[in-house]
Formats: sequence, C-alpha cells, structure tokens
Amino acid sequence: MAKIDIRKVRKMYGKDEVIHGVDLRINKGEFVVILGPSGCGKSTLLRMIAGLEDISGGEIAIGGTVVNNLEPRQRGCAMVFQNYALYPHMTVAENIGYALKVAGMKKSDRLVKVAAVARSVGLEEFLDRKPGQLSGGQRQRVAMARAIIREPKVFLFDEPLSNLDAKLRVQMRHEIRRIHNRIKATSVFVTHDQHEGMTLADRMVIMNKGTIDQVGTPEDVYDRPATTYVAGFIGSPAMNFLDGQVDYDRGGVVLGDGTVMRLAKMPQVVNGTMVQLGLRPETLGLAGAGRGALDVTFEFAEELGSGRLYHVRHEDIPLTVMMAEKHRFTEGDRLSLVVNDATLHLFDAATGKRIEMTVMDRVKETA
Amino acid sequence: MTQADLSLSAAATLEDDRVRAVRSTRRSPGMVENTPLLNLATHVILLMGMVMLLFPMYLVFNAATLSLVEVNSQPTRLTPGDQFWVNIQEAWFSRDFGQKFINSLIVAVGVVTGKIFIACITAFGLVFFDHRLRKPIFWAVFLTLMLPLEVRIVPTYAVAANALQPFQAMLDWSGISWLIRSVSGIEVALEWNLLNSYTGLILPLVATATGTFLYRQFFMTIPDELVEAAKMDGAGPLRFLAEILVPLSRTNIAALATIMFVYSWNQYLWPLLIITDPSYGVVAVELGKLVPDTNSTGGAIPNWNIAMAGTLIVTVPPILVVVFMQRWFVRGLINTDK
Repeated sequence: MAKIDIRKVRKMYGKDEVIHGVDLRINKGEFVVILGPSGCGKSTLLRMIAGLEDISGGEIAIGGTVVNNLEPRQRGCAMVFQNYALYPHMTVAENIGYALKVAGMKKSDRLVKVAAVARSVGLEEFLDRKPGQLSGGQRQRVAMARAIIREPKVFLFDEPLSNLDAKLRVQMRHEIRRIHNRIKATSVFVTHDQHEGMTLADRMVIMNKGTIDQVGTPEDVYDRPATTYVAGFIGSPAMNFLDGQVDYDRGGVVLGDGTVMRLAKMPQVVNGTMVQLGLRPETLGLAGAGRGALDVTFEFAEELGSGRLYHVRHEDIPLTVMMAEKHRFTEGDRLSLVVNDATLHLFDAATGKRIEMTVMDRVKETA
Repeated sequence: MTQADLSLSAAATLEDDRVRAVRSTRRSPGMVENTPLLNLATHVILLMGMVMLLFPMYLVFNAATLSLVEVNSQPTRLTPGDQFWVNIQEAWFSRDFGQKFINSLIVAVGVVTGKIFIACITAFGLVFFDHRLRKPIFWAVFLTLMLPLEVRIVPTYAVAANALQPFQAMLDWSGISWLIRSVSGIEVALEWNLLNSYTGLILPLVATATGTFLYRQFFMTIPDELVEAAKMDGAGPLRFLAEILVPLSRTNIAALATIMFVYSWNQYLWPLLIITDPSYGVVAVELGKLVPDTNSTGGAIPNWNIAMAGTLIVTVPPILVVVFMQRWFVRGLINTDK
C-alpha cells in the first residue's frame, strides 16, 4: 500500500504530446478511477505508472520513491490487463504463482499461497485447468488472483471488464470492490465506462485530450461538473445544453429566442456573460404548452422500463427529458419544459468552465 | 488430444488455439458443402494423387524383394518376391550402414538442435527488442534464403578447411599479425580444420533463414499484453524466452525439427565434399555408392535389388520422424500461416 504522486507528467510520441503535464495525488488505499473516452491518454498514464511506457517529462513517485527509471518489477505494481494476458501454456495455479516463482519463492510455500489466493477469488476448483478451458469471468478472476498474490503496493487495472458481457461485468465490478474493501490496496482503474467509474471509485479522475478536467468523488463530479466536457460525459442520458446570456435585470439567462430561464441563485459573473446552461434530463419534466419554463415540441419517446426518455425540440435544439411517468404524446405536440431551477448548471461559454452560483445575487447586479 | 480435435486443426487456422481459448468441440462454419457429386470428384482426384505418389514407392519396395535375376528381367515383375531380408542384409552389411546411421543421426540431431536454437534466439532478438539494426538484420537473414549451400559451397569449403581463416585475414589486413611478428617474432597462423569431423558436417548447415522466419512469424502473434504481463511479473528477457516463448512455440519447434531432420538426413553434396574418412560417412552418400554403375558392379549385371533395399533402409528414419511428429508438425505450420 502506497500513495502515488504524479507531478507534471508528460508523454510524447515523437513530436506529438499526448499527455500535457498531469498532476495527481492518489492516497494510500484509495480506489481511483481514471475515466475518459478512448484516446484521452488514460491508459498511457496508467502504463507510465506501471513502467510499461517511458515518462517523457515530470515524475511519478510511488510511496515517496521516484520510479521514473525503475523497471516495472521494481515498482511494486500489479496490473490486470484488458485481455487478461494469462500465460496460455500454464495452469491456473502456475499462472497465479508465476510472479512468486520468478521472485524465487520455494515451491511448497508458493502452492500454499496460490491455494489461499485462489480460494479468496473462488478459483480453487480450477487450479489444474489451462486458461483456454475457462470462461471469460473465470479468466478475469485468474488475472485478479495473479495480481493479488504479489501483495503489491499498487493495483493497476487497464479496462479489465470491457471484454465481459454486461451481466458478468456488473458481477466482476462488485467483486473488485469487495476485494478492494478487504485488502485495501491503492488501486488505479482505467475505464471508459462511466457506470464502472461511478460505482467503483472513491475518487474519479476525468481526462480529456491528455489533461485532467476534474478530480472528485463520483457524487461531486455528477453534482458539480467542473467543465462542460465533464458535464456531458458523466450522466446518462447526457446533459442538455442551452446557449444564453446572463441578464441580471431579467433575473436569469436569456436564450437565443428571448426566453428567460430564471435562476434561483445568481452566478458570480459580470452581467452579459455568454453562458451555457446545463440541464440534466432526469431533473426535467414536461407540461402543457405555456405552463413550464421553455416551449418545446415533442418528437418521440424511448421506453426504459422504469420510465421513459422523451425527445423534444426547442427551436432547433434537441433536448431529452427522463421521467418515471409514462405519457402518450404524439409527434408535433406543443409542450413546455418544467425546470427545477435549483438543479441548473451554468458554464462559461468561452472557457467551458463551471460558474458557481450563490444567493448573494443582488450585490453583483448593483456592482 | 482426441481424433476429433485433430481433424479440426485446419479449422483452427484463424484462431491460435494456444494463445486463445481451445474451442475443441465447435465445427467450423462455411467451407462445408453438401454436394455428393463434387465430393466424389474430389476423392477421385485425391486418390489419383495418392497413386501417383505411392506407386514409385511401391516399385522401390518391390525391387527390394526380388533376386538379381528377377529385378533385371523384362518385363519388370510387379509382384513382390521372397528375397527381401536377403537384400536388406546384403545392403546393410556390404556398406556398413550401422556406422553411417549413427553418423547421420549425430549430424541430423546436431543440425536440428543448432537450427532451432539459432532460429529461436535470432527471431527473439528481431521481434522483442527495438533497435536500429532490427530491419537490416532481418533482411540480411532473409537474403540468405537465396544463398543455399550449393551456391556458396566453394567459400564454405574454404572456411571449413580452416574455420579461423576469416580471422586470420582480419589480423593480416589490420596489421596485427605484423605487429605480433615484429614484437615477439611469433608468426600468427590460426588454424581450425573442420574437414572429416562432425563439427564440419553440422556447423555450415546450422544457419537457417527459414527457421528464423518461421519463428519470427510466430513471435509476432504473441500479444503485447503477454509480454507486459511477464514484465510486471518480474520476468527478464531470458526468463520470458525460456519459460513463456519456448513452451508456447513447441509446435513450431516440432515443425522445424521435422523439416530440418529430413533436410539434414538427406544432405549429400556437403558430406561428399568434406568427408574422405569413411568412419564419418553419412547414409545419403553411402546410398549413392550403392547405385549400380560400371564402377560399383565392374560391368556386371546392375544389382538394383540391393540398391532399392538400401534406399528402403535409409528412408525409414525420416518416415518415422514425420509419422511421429505429424500432429505437431501440421499445427506448427498452420499456426504461422496467417
């Protein structure tokens, strides 16, 4: 168990910089999920921690020791790979115990440990099988066991669940969380699946094009996304955005067509700032024309089982509304959007950064 | 491994069953058509091919069972006679095949081992290490495919006559010989004669572009993650080679060993050239001496029955090797056929 310090880390491939000076501190025993779309540099960052990629700039320290020039085996990390990367010619027991064998542990001691670890992940019946004879979930367990047995300072997961089917993925997710709760090793988990990230993480790191957009608890990231990018990435279905301009005289944000979206609290920006208004589909409702905050036209609905996802339009802007109630609208129905103004998010249109809102509103107005 | 698995090895072409899951019970879709007429035609063609291949072999066997008179009678008798063991014994003892068999085995095993070792280690260096000379070395190895032993036999002979000759030349050119002579008065004359030795029979045949290529192709199918997993587990390059790559390439080794065993067993020109001492003679050369011509029969009736009996004897080891290695052999070649 150790903390990881990532300081101004850069990665260049030739002349292309793919990671632009990332700073991150991962605490002892913490489960951190690095989330981002493919190509955002999350795997590269993980592989730099593991020692599988050179660090082009900055430094990474594990447990206080700078590891830039250490071989992977000297860093005390264990890694679980996306394709499991089991040794096909070795039995499950040999796979799990290989690191110990390399480290020179006696065979008798090794077998005892392998048996114990295999039991902890439910593999004791499969010790004599080859990986080829195992199901995807079982292989994943072997990969986990192989990492656990080394009692590493740091666990690294490189999209370990993305090759499993949906049901198994959820199961393994729970299993990983259980294992983490038990052994409390510092863990870094890379994924592009926000559900995985939200459910597993103590803290999430949202990466975007080689930089970190936000670091925070899943709740934080969902409730107070730092940028429009994070806001659009986290949450399913994705957040709706409306362009507008802050107008204190009219008590809110004026949209392109002149509609005023009232704000409960006033943003800490100067009057007239161009902004983007973020509305989560699950906070919205629909009502008859003229009764809500914004006029919309109904397009179609998607059944979710537990509720429905309604697709509507305001002018040319498509919006989604998620409600538990199941209404029957027909295409072209004139409706209006019911907005809970306490759940609005506001972002600076120029920088994409979140704008905080406070109740000390009128001060700004007069200033 | 069951018989059913064997018939499926062709279906495994696209799926390296050692690296991925063994889906042993699944039939390959497609390619299986239910057309009786076409099936019949296919079988007829295959049968014709088989007859064309096996008939000459039968003629060899047949001739080996006949007496000297019968084998030379016209028309040729196509049914076996009763002289088989007599001919076999005659061939075996007249040419001292016992010693030749041992020699050929030593050479074949030596060549096979050497080739596998060299091919494996070269391909390992070419695939898993990123360095500037990677491409040039690969192409240099590849070019030697175009230079079989027959083409380079004269320089190779010169080297075999004194394996240290190139070093001597280097010393002479660089002036080191002169330096040593003028300082100590000692004349540098390096000599390592390989003629009439097992080393001489084996070493020039050991380098193998085919084997290197086969191994390279196999190593390139190893997923990067496996290499990285081994790194994370703390295995260094040599350990990775010995404990992961070599076990995984067992079928390649078998394929290469089979081909190369037959290749070196059949070597004729090189042993003929460098071996003058009969105690180092190999079977192929000895077999050549059995073929009747005016030298060996002194103008008497050509004893084809004995020559054919000798041929049978010499053919047995390669056939045994192929039969026993066949299963691995086919898989090894299929797996690289991507």
